[in-house]
Amino acid sequence: MTFLEKTVEGIYGAMTRALEAEHSAARTGMLQQFDPRAKTLGLFALIAASALSRRLWPIGALLIVAIVLTVLSRISIRTLVSRVWVGAFLFTGAIAIPALFLTPGTPIGSSPITRQGVTTASFLILRVETATTLAMLLVFTTPWAHVLKTLRVFRVPALLVAILGMTWRYILLLLETAHDMFESRRSRTIGALRGPEQRHIAVATAGVLLNRSSQLSGDVFLAMQSRGFRGEVRVLDDFRMALRDWFALAGFAAFAAAAVWAGR
Amino acid sequence: MHIPDGYLSPATCATMYAASAPFWYVALRRVRKKLHTKLVPRVSLFAAFSFVVMMFNLPLPGGTTGHAVGIGLATVVLGPWAAMLAVSIAIVIQALFFGDGGITAIGANCFNMAIVGALVAYAVYRPLSKRWPVAGAGLAGYIAINASALLAAIEFGLQPVWYRDAAGAPLYCPYPLSVTIPAMMIGHLTIAGFAELFISAGVVAFLRRSDPAMLESGAVSRPVPIWAALGVLLVLTPLGILAAGSAWGEWVASDFSNPATRAQIAAQSLHQQPPAQAPRGLARLSTLWTAPFARYAPPFVNSISFGYLLSAMFGTGLVLLSCIAVIRLLR
Repeated sequence: MTFLEKTVEGIYGAMTRALEAEHSAARTGMLQQFDPRAKTLGLFALIAASALSRRLWPIGALLIVAIVLTVLSRISIRTLVSRVWVGAFLFTGAIAIPALFLTPGTPIGSSPITRQGVTTASFLILRVETATTLAMLLVFTTPWAHVLKTLRVFRVPALLVAILGMTWRYILLLLETAHDMFESRRSRTIGALRGPEQRHIAVATAGVLLNRSSQLSGDVFLAMQSRGFRGEVRVLDDFRMALRDWFALAGFAAFAAAAVWAGR
Repeated sequence: MHIPDGYLSPATCATMYAASAPFWYVALRRVRKKLHTKLVPRVSLFAAFSFVVMMFNLPLPGGTTGHAVGIGLATVVLGPWAAMLAVSIAIVIQALFFGDGGITAIGANCFNMAIVGALVAYAVYRPLSKRWPVAGAGLAGYIAINASALLAAIEFGLQPVWYRDAAGAPLYCPYPLSVTIPAMMIGHLTIAGFAELFISAGVVAFLRRSDPAMLESGAVSRPVPIWAALGVLLVLTPLGILAAGSAWGEWVASDFSNPATRAQIAAQSLHQQPPAQAPRGLARLSTLWTAPFARYAPPFVNSISFGYLLSAMFGTGLVLLSCIAVIRLLR
């Protein structure tokens, strides 16, 4: 595969992943129905509990809770495996597997693997899989606009929330622009390109994209000003916590506290 | 370089969030003052650009490919404070949406790449921007990404020193500094560093031809109070005393007769016991010079934290005076 094809495929993959999250957030699953504030606080508490636990089984229990939540939220296990687990396992496995041999400690039988090495590798893989599954659940069950509103609960300045929101929209636009530029270049290219030519294309595309971003930021600014923007950001906040949301929050908090207590 | 969840302990993650917070606060205030109503669209668009440029597969000499982070380029075009914000926002979105970097590690990733990366890129680019802007941008990107990688390697390498279970198994990243530093730096000095170098230098060369005005508003426009940033880093130096024990290979002769230190040396050296007494050559040579602030603890200061801070201030002052002296000599 040429570098143009690889880049086009990478950008297309990123766009697909981003849009897939929006689609699954619109489904009527269990987590989708909860108030985003309860959900965000609850899932963050579970991620923190997985990091704080000093034993393996409580982290394993949190992973099982995450899988059950995935099924109840009508997100396919296939998506979970392909989008989260395989990538996290490949990345973490490359780091965790040498630890089996390199961590000093008691050898298992006559093998060069140590007991401490197995524990360390298991901690690393299990923690990463659990935390990434829980983080994925938040993004796949909450529309981005709601995630942003929830950030205000954590006292993140409104200005930063506005920047995050706008960045997300323009990431999609710039991804599409970059995709079109590489795609049109690929359709005009016959034969293999040499290394310096490939670098030239990549750098020139980045330069054009930077230029367009700059022009676009000027246009967007004028559009915002013409609509009355004077530098003050106001975020509409119409979330309402129902009894169901309080129960969900209490449930998340109880799971997290139990995992920290059991893993202390 | 994007640290995932589970590799750093919660205490390290919290420390890195705390270390990043003052920089985000100052950056937001400064950029808001400078750009005012233009802040939201400008930082948003550049954060989006940083994100997209990270997806580019850059072919490198030798047949391999690499991804740039865009720290050098963002600093050159936006200046260090706005670059800090833009790259931080891109890192947050990567962690939330694409699982690239962990949510608990956002503070550490932003500190390594967005904050230290932008300050290092600025420090390298600014003196070179007048005469060699293209080479300066490339060098700024190369050194900035390597500085960020070094910080990440140090954070990884400190985990097994601090966090182990009762049986001695590391709870988070398992490798010591002697493994993490070479493992991270070899890849960044050879591949990722060059991706950053090519993208920074290439785009600056492109902009010099197509839109030179764009380069006027960034890192060259107004000097950053680098002294203020240096001051904040100095105040943060007592965090260094959180690291218990000595670094591997930095023992003094008396450490060999101290049972607690001996156990620590053995644990750090694949359970190989150190000699019963300090090697003769080591004992003899170690008395040749007694540093005035030995082990960063001046003898006339009782507080360990204050002694550490004082050592940092003394060291920084000495480095600055030496630099001024060398520059004067070269003139």
